[in-house]
Amino acid sequence: MLKLHYNLEKLSMGLVAGIIVAASIGGIVEIAPLFVIDETVSMPEDMRPHTPLELAGREIYIREGCYACHSQMVRSLADELDRYGPYSLAAESAYDHPMLWGSKRTGPDLARLGEKYSDAWHSAHLIDPRSVVPASIMPSYPWLVRPLDTQMLSAQLGTLARLGVPYDPEMVSAAVADAQGQSRPESDAADAVRDRYGADVAVRAFDGDASLLTEMDALVAYLQSLGRLTDAAYGNLAGEIE
Amino acid sequence: MSPASTLSRSERQIGFGLAVALALLGLVMAAGAGHGVMAVHGTMALALGMLLVFRVGGAFYDPQPDADRLNRYYDAPTRFGITMTLIWAIIGMGVGVWVAALLYWPEATPAVPWTSFGRLRPVHTTGVIFGFGGNALIATSYYVLQRTSRTRLADSISPWFVLIGFNLFCAWAVTGYVMGSTQSKEYAEPEWYADLWLVVVWVVYFTLYIRTLARRHEPHIYVANWYYMAFILVVAMLHIVNNLALPVSFGAADSFTIWAGVQDAMIQWWYGHNAVAFFLTAGFLGMLYYFLPVRSGRPIWSYRLSIVSFWGIVFFYIWVGSHHLHYTALPYWVQTLGMTFSVMLLVPSWASAGNAIATLNGAWHKVRDDATLRFMFVAAVFYGLSTFEGSFLAIRPVNSLSHYTDWTVGHVHSGTLGWVAMIIFGAVYTLVPNISGRDTMAWPRAIEWHFWLAVGGTLVYVIALWNAGITQGLMWRAYDENGALSYSFVESVRAMAPYYLLRTLGGAMFLTGAILCALNCWATYRLTPLAQTPRDRPLGLQPAE
Repeated sequence: MLKLHYNLEKLSMGLVAGIIVAASIGGIVEIAPLFVIDETVSMPEDMRPHTPLELAGREIYIREGCYACHSQMVRSLADELDRYGPYSLAAESAYDHPMLWGSKRTGPDLARLGEKYSDAWHSAHLIDPRSVVPASIMPSYPWLVRPLDTQMLSAQLGTLARLGVPYDPEMVSAAVADAQGQSRPESDAADAVRDRYGADVAVRAFDGDASLLTEMDALVAYLQSLGRLTDAAYGNLAGEIE
Repeated sequence: MSPASTLSRSERQIGFGLAVALALLGLVMAAGAGHGVMAVHGTMALALGMLLVFRVGGAFYDPQPDADRLNRYYDAPTRFGITMTLIWAIIGMGVGVWVAALLYWPEATPAVPWTSFGRLRPVHTTGVIFGFGGNALIATSYYVLQRTSRTRLADSISPWFVLIGFNLFCAWAVTGYVMGSTQSKEYAEPEWYADLWLVVVWVVYFTLYIRTLARRHEPHIYVANWYYMAFILVVAMLHIVNNLALPVSFGAADSFTIWAGVQDAMIQWWYGHNAVAFFLTAGFLGMLYYFLPVRSGRPIWSYRLSIVSFWGIVFFYIWVGSHHLHYTALPYWVQTLGMTFSVMLLVPSWASAGNAIATLNGAWHKVRDDATLRFMFVAAVFYGLSTFEGSFLAIRPVNSLSHYTDWTVGHVHSGTLGWVAMIIFGAVYTLVPNISGRDTMAWPRAIEWHFWLAVGGTLVYVIALWNAGITQGLMWRAYDENGALSYSFVESVRAMAPYYLLRTLGGAMFLTGAILCALNCWATYRLTPLAQTPRDRPLGLQPAE
């Protein structure tokens, strides 16, 4: 064995080949099956992708680095179920490119945040966290009141559709109208959003002002959608308790 | 002496051509994007290309370097790389101290987007991992590769291409974050064109390494080079797979990773933990295996142990990423594999640490007297401690407490401050006098100050966050006698305040030491070189060009 290595050390390409082989095995064994074993992700029937407005909010969540302090993954531990709600299922992030499971809880987990607080609370909290939670150490985001840039929205949905997220061509082409519509409950466009994404989608003036589409609208719409794309997780928990 | 005048006339022509090409690439990016982050990055590349055009062009008709240079090692790129290492150390650690302070004084930052915690935090991580660590790895790898092969670098252009290209990648990354451009994959945040650019840089780096090894005058490839090669190869593999993405448009920074959900999580942490393994461990073990024996004047204690630990690390590490995903929606069997290999990994890790410490047998008086060697000794000790802690934290029930808490952050910093940064400083204090033609640093006493600031800062930081993390973990899972959770989340946030203040203090101490190191190197660079050590040169004459 030692003799073999003694000779290997004289061959740079031999070392290169050895390193590539040794460092590939673990990744192949752990990752490849995740794409072929069906039970890895079982998709519930009611699972929907994010609406364009929620997707725009998700991009703001990413831009501001929220994922560095907030996880979106409730682990299957008793105290987490009591604190946050049902544990997260693989299906719930199956359309997420990338996933935002996170790695640190400087602030609480957000996987079950949707509809837990009012829109007004979220707006106030994002503009000045300490106005509603005095001990909070979260940064304030006063610039979120600016208008939402929807220029790339349609192209973003189109790109995700190419990656397998179930957006049909109509959803892609109506992306900007749907984003507007979701924040204007009294408009015709609002009904179109419900038609395309389901009756359960929250259609509200998320920042309290239906006349202007802002980044706040998008981010609050996204936060209110967390854990609300499917009811499967709640069903699971009920099943286990019975 | 301008670095460009160390190049021959024909090399200057190639360098000039590459500088023009970079400027054109920047122009195309800026014009194609029109506005937004990519346009800013194109302009940066254009400006860098123009600067290089002037630098190389300005030295174009300087006298040719003497022919005897081929009988010396080519250390000008290492010198530049060490300078960049120290600049990034101050940027990365400075931002680190700043964001640490924001967790204690959240209102201390101006209410503008680019100074927000969420945007600055990846500036800290990228600045220290890639800027500080990456430059140190590349700069020392050139130095070690030449001396263990007893030959000069295979050419004089590609070392510059790699270093300048790598620093452009780092600059694109951190300026992108503050403008709000990120892929959000931890430690792989830069957008698609920066990732593609890094692949080009990396291919050149690997080619330079192999070509130089091919010219070696030693039959055996020294163990340090195995580690540097593992670093180059596996980082390439991880980087490419984890960053596969579909751009929304070729004229904008936006993209979506092709991976989604649970598969994305697994690939991200396969990448994430092996960035620790092959960026923050393998390359630095290469550094340790060269500089520790050189500085202590003792050969590596066990040759066999270095073989076992090398292949153990290369094979075991790649399995362990899934320990970041215990109790999540990742299938249980993958979590279990990750945990099992994490525990087994302790064997090769401790073999390396033990080999390093046993090497110091017979040189303990030097450890006592020489702060530079003491840096390396402390690095080996912290390597052993943090790999033990890592294996421990990967065990499922331990992880249920520690995960998501500041214990993880403390663990990472015991590795990065205690091990990675310490071995870098040890290597810097060894090689900077040598490439400056001096026997010692300009201010030897300052090394002693730096050593104690670094050790003190690391201990304050790590102990504060151990306490913080365990407190958080226990508060989150505490139930009262009625079976209800004892603490709200915000009560755990309030409990963190003293620890966050202490960790800021520890970080500030460490930063102070790094600044001292940068000043000391700058002063050493400015000294007049003494006569060259005749031992420190390649074996045999090289054919003239």
